[in-house]
Amino acid sequence: MRRTTVILGLVLTVSFCASTLCWSADTIKIGFNIPLTGDIPKVGESSKFAAEIFKDEVNGAGGLKVGDKTYKLEFLYEDNESKAESATSGALKLITQNQVLALIGPQSSKQAIPAGEVCNDNRTPMISPWSTNPKTTENRPCVFRACFLDPFQGPVAARFVTEEFGAKKAAVLYDIASDYPKGLAEYFKSSFESIHGAGSVVAFETFTTKDKDFSAQLTKIVNSGADVLFTPQYYDEVPLIVKQAQELGWKKPIMGSDSWGSAELMKLCGDSCKGYFFSTHYAAAGAKGATKEFIDKYNARYGYVPDDVAALTWDAISLLIKAIENTGGLTGNLATDRNAVKDRLTEIKDFEGITGRMTFTASGDPIKCAVVVKINDKGEFEFYKSACP
Amino acid sequence: MELQIFMQNLLNALQWGSFYALIALGYSLVYGVLLLINFAHGDIFMVGAYLGFFIATFLLGQYAFGLPFALDPTIIFIITLLFTMILTAGLGVTIERVAYRPLRRKGASRLYVVITALMCGLILENGNLALLGASRRSFPELLPKTVYDVGGLALSNTKLLVIVATLVVFVLLETIVRKTKLGMAMRAISYDRMAVPLMGIPIDTVIVFTFVLGSSMAALAGVLFATTYPVLEPYMGALVGWKAFIAAVLGGIGEIRGAFVGGFLLGFVEIFVAAFFPSTLRDLIAFSILLVFLSIKPTGIFGIARATKI
Repeated sequence: MRRTTVILGLVLTVSFCASTLCWSADTIKIGFNIPLTGDIPKVGESSKFAAEIFKDEVNGAGGLKVGDKTYKLEFLYEDNESKAESATSGALKLITQNQVLALIGPQSSKQAIPAGEVCNDNRTPMISPWSTNPKTTENRPCVFRACFLDPFQGPVAARFVTEEFGAKKAAVLYDIASDYPKGLAEYFKSSFESIHGAGSVVAFETFTTKDKDFSAQLTKIVNSGADVLFTPQYYDEVPLIVKQAQELGWKKPIMGSDSWGSAELMKLCGDSCKGYFFSTHYAAAGAKGATKEFIDKYNARYGYVPDDVAALTWDAISLLIKAIENTGGLTGNLATDRNAVKDRLTEIKDFEGITGRMTFTASGDPIKCAVVVKINDKGEFEFYKSACP
Repeated sequence: MELQIFMQNLLNALQWGSFYALIALGYSLVYGVLLLINFAHGDIFMVGAYLGFFIATFLLGQYAFGLPFALDPTIIFIITLLFTMILTAGLGVTIERVAYRPLRRKGASRLYVVITALMCGLILENGNLALLGASRRSFPELLPKTVYDVGGLALSNTKLLVIVATLVVFVLLETIVRKTKLGMAMRAISYDRMAVPLMGIPIDTVIVFTFVLGSSMAALAGVLFATTYPVLEPYMGALVGWKAFIAAVLGGIGEIRGAFVGGFLLGFVEIFVAAFFPSTLRDLIAFSILLVFLSIKPTGIFGIARATKI
C-alpha cells in the first residue's frame, strides 16, 4: 500500500513537472528569429555564429547562474527567410510552441516591425540587434533593440558629408519598397536640407527591390551636379549601384549606412567600393579590448572577421543575459519570468557592450554612439570618426 | 545638357533592352515551333550565369585543382562564353527530352506542358538554392573595365559589348532561320505542324535544334548579364525572364524580329519612364503603356492573327 502511494506520488510529481509550470528544470531557452535563407542569408549566418560562440562559452563554463541556481542555455534558431510573413509566424512558433523565455531578432526592420507586434502582444521580451527603424520599438514595452535608430543615423551621415567633403548638394538613391532604406533616405534628406536649405538634395531617386539596372536613375544623379551620393542599401545591391555609377562617370564620394557593413560586401564589390564611407555600429579594423577579443574568437572559429550584425547580436544576447541575471532568480512560471526580464531590461544603465556603452531609454532604444567607417585600400572597414548624439 | 542626358539614357536603354531581347528570343523560338510557352527559360538564363561563373572561376584557378598555366582574362572570357553556351544548350535539350517530349508523345494538352515548364523553372531555382545555398556570388571581372568619354557620354566597354553582341546574334539568327535548311524546317513547322512530318522532316531534330539555339542565347545573355551586373543569386532569372516573356509577346511571339524589337522597346520604356518621371512610377507607367499598346494590336508588333484550325 505504501509502495503504491510512493509510486503514485512520483508519477504525479513527474507529470506536474512536465506541464508548463515546471517549464525549465535547468535550461533557459532563447529563440532566434533570423534570416538563414532569402535575400540576406549572410546576416542570418553571422547572427547564428555569434550566438553559437556565446552559448558554448557560457555552457562550457558550467552554465549561467541566476539567483542560486545554474542553468544551461538552449538557443533555438528559426529561419524567417528574410520575409515579414515568416518572421511573424516564426516568432509565434518560438513563443507558443517552443516556450522560449525571450527572443533575439529579427535583424532587418522589414521583419522586425511585424515580429515586434507579435512579441509585444504575447508579452515576450524581444531584442532586435540590427533593426534601426523607429517603428520596431514604438509603443511596444516588450520590444528592445541593441542599435541606434534611423533618425540618428540620417543626421550623422548628413553632418559627416558636409564636414568631410564640403558637400552643398547631395543625391540619394534608395529602394522605395523596403522600410529601412526608405526611412533612412527620408531622414537624411530632411537633415541635409535643414543644414543647406530646401532643394539642396538635388536628386532623390528610387527603385524597387530586385532591380538590377539603375542606369536611368544614376544618369540623372550624375548630371544633377550633386557633390555626394547617399545610398542606404543592402550589401547585395551596393556593388551594383557603385559599379554602375562609376561606369556612368561618377567620380565623387559615395556614403552608405550600416547595411553596408557585411563581411560579404567586399567579396561582391571588389575594388570598386574602396575609398567610400558608411556610418555603422562598430569597426573591426582598429578594435580594442572586449571587441578585439570577440573578433579574435570569431575569426579563429569561422575564419573571417565578424561583421556588425555578429557584434550586435553578441551585445543583444549579453544584454538579455544581464537582465536575466538581474532578476535574481527565475520562478519557473513563464509569464512572470518574461515580465521580470522585460522590467530588468528597461533598467540597464551604462552597459559596456562590444559595440559601445549603452543605456536604455523607456522606449526600449539605447543611447549610444555611431562610427563612420572608411573602406581602406586593403578592403578593410577602418574606423574613421566617431559621432555621438 | 538635356540632349546629353537623353543620349546617355538611349545607351542605357540599348543595353538593358539587349538582355530582354536575348532572353525573349528563347521564348519566341520555342513558341514558334512548339506553340509552348517555355516558362523555364528565365531560369535557364540563371543557370547560364551560374555555369559561366563556375567556368570562369575554374579557369582563373580559384579552386584546388586548376589549369597548369595561367590564361589571359580576355581569353578566359571567350572560353567561358563558349563553354557556357554549349553546357546550357545541353541543359535546354535535357529539359526538352525529360519533361516536354514524353508529354508530347502522349498527346497531352498544351496546358499541361506549360505547367510542366513552370515546374521545371521552379526546380532549377530551388535546386540551385539547395545545392549552392542562398549566398550571393560575385562574377569575376574578366574584362578590364574602361569607360570611354564620347562627347560627354559615358560608354563602358561592357555596354558596347552587350549591344554589339545582341546585334550580331540578331543578324546570325535571321540568317539561320531564313537561309538554312533547318531554319526552313523551323518555319515550316510553325506554319503547319501536321503536314511537316509527312514530308519526311525529322521533327524531333528540329525541336532539339530550336532548344539548342534558345538556350545558348539564354547562356549568352546570362554571361553578359553577370558581367554587367556581377551579383548572382538563384532567383535572378525569375523577374527578368518574366519581363522578357512580356517583351516576346509585345513583339509578336514566334517571330525573331519581334523578340528583338519587343525586348528593346521594353528596355526603352522602362529606362525612359524612370529617367523622366519619378522612378517610383516606372513599372506602373511602363506597363500601362504596354497594356494600351497590346489592346490596340493584340498580336504584337510583328504577329499575324491566325485562325485556329480544329
